[in-house]
Amino acid sequence: MMTLAEKILAAHSGKKKVSAGDFINCKVDLVMANDVTAPIAIREFRKLGVKVFNPKKIMMVPDHFTPNKDINSAEQVKLIREFAREQGIGFFEVGRVGIEHVMLPDMGIVLPGEVIVGADSHTCTYGAIGAFSTGMGSTDIAAAMATGDIWMKVPPTIKFVFHGKLNKWVSGKDLILYTIGKIGVDGALYASMEFTGETIDNLSMSGRFTIANMAIEAGAKAGLFRVDKKTLEYLAPRAKRKYKVYEPDAEAEYAQVFEWDASKIEPVVAFPHLPSNTKPISQVGEIKIDQSVIGSCTNGRLEDLKIAAKILKGKKVNPNVRCIILPGTQEIYLEAMKLGLVETFIKAGAAFSTPTCGPCLGGHMGILAAGEKAISTTNRNFVGRMGSPKSEVYLANPAVAAASAIAGRIISPEDL
Amino acid sequence: MILKGQVHKYGANVDTDVIIPARYLNVSDPLELAKHCMEDIDAQFVKKVKPGDIIMADTNFGCGSSREHAPLAIKSAGVSCVIARSFARIFFRNAINIGLPLLECPECVEKTKSGDKLEVDLATGKIKNISNGLVFTAKPYPDFMSELIKAGGLIEFTKNKLSQRST
Repeated sequence: MMTLAEKILAAHSGKKKVSAGDFINCKVDLVMANDVTAPIAIREFRKLGVKVFNPKKIMMVPDHFTPNKDINSAEQVKLIREFAREQGIGFFEVGRVGIEHVMLPDMGIVLPGEVIVGADSHTCTYGAIGAFSTGMGSTDIAAAMATGDIWMKVPPTIKFVFHGKLNKWVSGKDLILYTIGKIGVDGALYASMEFTGETIDNLSMSGRFTIANMAIEAGAKAGLFRVDKKTLEYLAPRAKRKYKVYEPDAEAEYAQVFEWDASKIEPVVAFPHLPSNTKPISQVGEIKIDQSVIGSCTNGRLEDLKIAAKILKGKKVNPNVRCIILPGTQEIYLEAMKLGLVETFIKAGAAFSTPTCGPCLGGHMGILAAGEKAISTTNRNFVGRMGSPKSEVYLANPAVAAASAIAGRIISPEDL
Repeated sequence: MILKGQVHKYGANVDTDVIIPARYLNVSDPLELAKHCMEDIDAQFVKKVKPGDIIMADTNFGCGSSREHAPLAIKSAGVSCVIARSFARIFFRNAINIGLPLLECPECVEKTKSGDKLEVDLATGKIKNISNGLVFTAKPYPDFMSELIKAGGLIEFTKNKLSQRST
């Protein structure tokens, strides 16, 4: 009897059964890195003196500090570009690149039942389509590029069951912030989180990607969803190869099970400086903001932009606020243009950017000065995350970020 | 191998953004990274730290990003090991891979303060607090990890793996 994680890992390590705590040598279907993590991975890979195990299964996605934010970043991307050409692996150039964890699933490059390892902590995002995907370091990725496999410890699985219908403005972002608020930033340490229940069944793929994306913020190794009709619909126009769907066994052993009534959940705001420092929107109080960021691998999808546009349409961003909106991919950008969302954003006084991680990690495209506060749809709010160690980041869903941009303080769209 | 050094103690959830802020991630030279180690939690750290010193922390040390720059900065700053109540998983992997020793020992963290001098025996996991005379034992690594460490880290381990495959 195995959980979803155990089934996928067993299949990828040639074993009939694996249990939490087992050390396995796991075959990988995709290895990826970005512009911040690839240089070290390449340096370590060169020490092995081999070529990559399979050029088709390796992707380099420069998205953090691109378009090149300074000379050092340009040099890092140059190194990656040359390595990619030399080895014949995937590489995405500015103008054709998107945020890695939005772009790769949208391109059908990651599929259910696969094992994906990436030198980026938010690699867990692909758990939304029932893939076992997890973040690792540059040296791990160097080893995986060489051999096509990597050592792993089989994680215990914690099940999260959400019941009930979501209230207005409540989305995947709120479900995961609620979860992290309840269990803490190490509440799922080393574990695989499995998300189920009828609330999840009714949740869009976009919402599921958001939840899986932030599994790492609870300390988890993976955040998994079962494949259902919505997943298959999402994959149909995208998957270019066969994939296998795994199901957790009904009698699988879960380390813990949490069951919550989602209809009681309000939009959630995570206060500085931990994603677990959460409050429901009704208890936020008066917090003036200087910046509102809508985007990132967490909430940079079309559905997120549509919600923001719905709120910003015909309104104006507060004179004291900088509102920066970053679509996750060029395709989303184009679609947003066709739907008139970009016009809405610009007429409201927001900045609309080329796809990049940018301000999420304090890279570029919206850094905070000392004393400034931002509301953001990103995934972390540690000290100095978006700039000055004396700035503050509040995490929320796109609806709250958009409403707050208009009001000049953190607010629910209901109270606009 | 016996490590000796003074303790620099921090709290819970010391994350990778404070260990090595993103504004320094446009380089990967360990010596450059070392200059900014722990900058956003303790701007004085790089001035205070002496080779062999020990970073000590509460739970979930190294949480956040997968940036290998974090343990690299710590190691290159001259820190001999990190002792904590618990570690975040990606940081843990990265530290093992690059040869930065991590020891999980809640009792030691409980009874040790910043400035204490410690002696750490990596082979046995025994930690001696010279300043207060107490002795602790860290949680041992699983066998597989000990193998990795004995091999000299993941790259050395992988070199052996690759040469075994070609024979």
